[in-house]
Amino acid sequence: MVADTSTHTTKPSIGDYLKNNIREYGLLVALVIIMLFFQFVTNGVLFKPVNITNLVLQNSFIVIMALGMLLIIVAGHIDLSVGSIVAFIGAASAIMLVKWGLPAFVVIPACLVVGGIMGAAQGYWVAYQKIPAFIVTLAGMLVFRGLTYVVLGGRPIGPFPKEFQILSTGFVPDFLYFLNPSPDVIKNMVALVAVLLLVGYAIYAGLRNRRINEQHGTDNEPFVFFATQMAVIAVVALFIGFQLATYRGLPNVLVVMGVLIALYTFITTRSTVGRRVYAMGGNEKAAKLSGINTERLTFYAFVNMGVLAALAGMIITARLNSATPKAGVGFELDVIAACFIGGASASGGVGKITGAVIGAFIMGVMNNGMSIMGIGIDYQQLIKGLVLLAAVFFDVYNKNKGKG
Amino acid sequence: MDDIILEMRGITKTFPGVKALDNVSFKVREGEIHALVGENGAGKSTLMKVLSGVYPAGTYEGEIHYDGEVRRFSTIAESEELGIIIIHQELALVPLLSIAENIFLGNEVASNGVIHWPQTFARTQELLKKVGLNESPATLITDIGVGKQQLVEIAKALSKKVRLLILDEPTASLNENDSDALLKLLMEFRNQGMTSIIISHKLNEIKKVADQITILRDGGTVETLDCHKEDVGEDRIIKGMVGRALEDRYPPREPKIGDTLLEVKNWNVFHQQHRDRQFLHDVSFKVRAGEVVGIAGLMGAGRTETAMSIFGRSWGHKITGEVTMRGQPVDVSTIPRAIKAGLAYVTEDRKQLGLVLINNIMHNTTLSNLGAVSANGVIDERKEAKVASDYRSKLRIRSHSIYQEAVNLSGGNQQKVVLSKWLFTNPEVLILDEPTRGIDIGAKYEIYTIINQLAAEGKGILMISSEMPELLGTCDRIYVMNEGRIVAELSKEEASQESIMRAIMRSGEKH
Repeated sequence: MVADTSTHTTKPSIGDYLKNNIREYGLLVALVIIMLFFQFVTNGVLFKPVNITNLVLQNSFIVIMALGMLLIIVAGHIDLSVGSIVAFIGAASAIMLVKWGLPAFVVIPACLVVGGIMGAAQGYWVAYQKIPAFIVTLAGMLVFRGLTYVVLGGRPIGPFPKEFQILSTGFVPDFLYFLNPSPDVIKNMVALVAVLLLVGYAIYAGLRNRRINEQHGTDNEPFVFFATQMAVIAVVALFIGFQLATYRGLPNVLVVMGVLIALYTFITTRSTVGRRVYAMGGNEKAAKLSGINTERLTFYAFVNMGVLAALAGMIITARLNSATPKAGVGFELDVIAACFIGGASASGGVGKITGAVIGAFIMGVMNNGMSIMGIGIDYQQLIKGLVLLAAVFFDVYNKNKGKG
Repeated sequence: MDDIILEMRGITKTFPGVKALDNVSFKVREGEIHALVGENGAGKSTLMKVLSGVYPAGTYEGEIHYDGEVRRFSTIAESEELGIIIIHQELALVPLLSIAENIFLGNEVASNGVIHWPQTFARTQELLKKVGLNESPATLITDIGVGKQQLVEIAKALSKKVRLLILDEPTASLNENDSDALLKLLMEFRNQGMTSIIISHKLNEIKKVADQITILRDGGTVETLDCHKEDVGEDRIIKGMVGRALEDRYPPREPKIGDTLLEVKNWNVFHQQHRDRQFLHDVSFKVRAGEVVGIAGLMGAGRTETAMSIFGRSWGHKITGEVTMRGQPVDVSTIPRAIKAGLAYVTEDRKQLGLVLINNIMHNTTLSNLGAVSANGVIDERKEAKVASDYRSKLRIRSHSIYQEAVNLSGGNQQKVVLSKWLFTNPEVLILDEPTRGIDIGAKYEIYTIINQLAAEGKGILMISSEMPELLGTCDRIYVMNEGRIVAELSKEEASQESIMRAIMRSGEKH
């Protein structure tokens, strides 16, 4: 047990602050370094507008699933079935759209519901029958993969109607074209304006938050860090926004992803549901004795995961323009790795949406960069595995050092 | 008979904020059964942990002489080498391994890492015979009762060539027959020349077997009684255990007792794991407004189980009985309903069941009543911070801010955070289970003050405690529980340590 530190009020020095928060800054710094590294070794291909667009399209589904997976992991569980859900939803959407000829605006919500049901089917066993999630979702992984083969009859189905493909290959139309100062450089004004607004809002919200903290006597991070962090984010965001603007603008998927990231950040940091999930993952028995319906919460965490996996499944299927039985193989591992790289704890109760998103982008940039470099899939896996191990070791090392 | 096998001199052991042992001296003669008694928290277990090397040499002051030499054990292995074997209250057996495997765990009969099974079984058979346990060495631990498990632990000790056997509350979870068998076994060992130290709350058993009795109180040695020189009765032992002024350890209070709030009638509960065993029998009690009601009893009497089964059925199954609040029947079948009915249960195990240790004070404080600091499922952070700050100053939680993680608080402050959490649900009746366990005297006083304030505000307090002076010092009325039944109800005037102990023992004879 740590002795009572009672009432020391000395302000932590910048060095202390860095030491205590090295995880969060380290992650951001790692992402920037990895990006710069690949930008360098790929001779500038990484940040080409077309590649940035690709990067977003290729990784959006990992990010989207990481949002749900983070909740599951924070709740103290795991979900191995998401790759198979992705495949099954792809198959289901193909049957509905291609075989039955149903319109996309019916099929998309229907698929989300099916995903929710698949999540519920697993959540039931985990939450109410107390079977470890690892086992339940391992079974789910096999069952849903099998179902995919059954539904597709072992053959790919495609192509998909245009209005479905827009989901992943579409771009936000340039309704602000009349503001464009130099149409030769900038092809899509909306992207630029949107990024400017977002960066502006982030700085405003950050400053407001600091002010509120000050009023309530809460410790703020040193201003140097706040400013540096904001500057890095602003530069990266503006750069990416500009690059996108010179190409085809904002991919629809990026917008969906952005909205979901904001939503889940809000849920995890501000909502009662989020708070309860963290409490449950931190100490399930104490949470239960505090009057929290831990079973229901666990159940809905899996339902939520199913819905997000379904969305990801449709995005992938639309992008490939074909539903194949082998779609989504191994995705669960990328998603889980993203959460752990992002600082989630395997024992539950710890983890942040921003961490998981950055984790997913680290994985994504590495995938993309290594592919451009022509590194084979074999070495890609090897390197990703080592990065995961290094990230988690970094956590453990820091934690032990903290204990003294 | 007068050879001293063990002498501990001037043992002092401090934990952060608490002096657990203060200059304790302890002498054991070879070949005797030496009983170590004292209230909970008197320092018995700590003393034995010092002796066995759980607390390594250097972390305490004083000297241990064993077998004529000064010993400085830095691990348990070192003390075991010399034949000092301790059997803890919580048995250290692996449930899904066999008796034989457990006995030789870490000490396998093997050559080059390959276990020699026939020899293992043969030696196990021999050991089991010595302790009078008629079971196959291949039986799994989980398939035998606690009494037999205790015997397996002793067989395990024998396998290590024990010279000084230490038993910490060996009969606490045993029934009468098993206890008797165990005590007989100890006496038999004594005749063979083995020395044992037995820690126990059951004074009648101690009287039966002990040659000498050492009494500890508040971390110090009170006296050592020689049962062969004087007639040592239970009253004599109790006097030694108690003998202290109670007055100023408890803040004064003028009880203003109102109407009945919580009333429980004919509460019957079956055991959570052993599902066909009835654990609580017809428990009935009531708590009135402004009243502090105690439940006394030994470990395993069913006090915590009573509280938890009432609080949203968080323990036991096949629960029957009636719960009323202000005379109206209330639904307490789930924890949210119990909270809504006006109940709060402050657990005895604040680290495992009370707090989310990795969360901060604020998050722990509002956990049970998040609705009150949120609108439409969105938490109002300012409101939440204000609530947490208010409780922090009201209960005088010492921390550098409400954002400090609970894991970094001292025991007393952690307990105050748990109390904050439950006070914020605005309960009518608070059930406090061992509210001062493991916290230092100063913090205890503050907890008692909080209890008094709550009672003064008209709340009903039901307090479960194993520290009898605490119950006597704070309660207006005390129920005594034993073996899943309420066996006595004592008014403040009737209640004393002696009367509580007698009630427990008399009931033990009846059943």
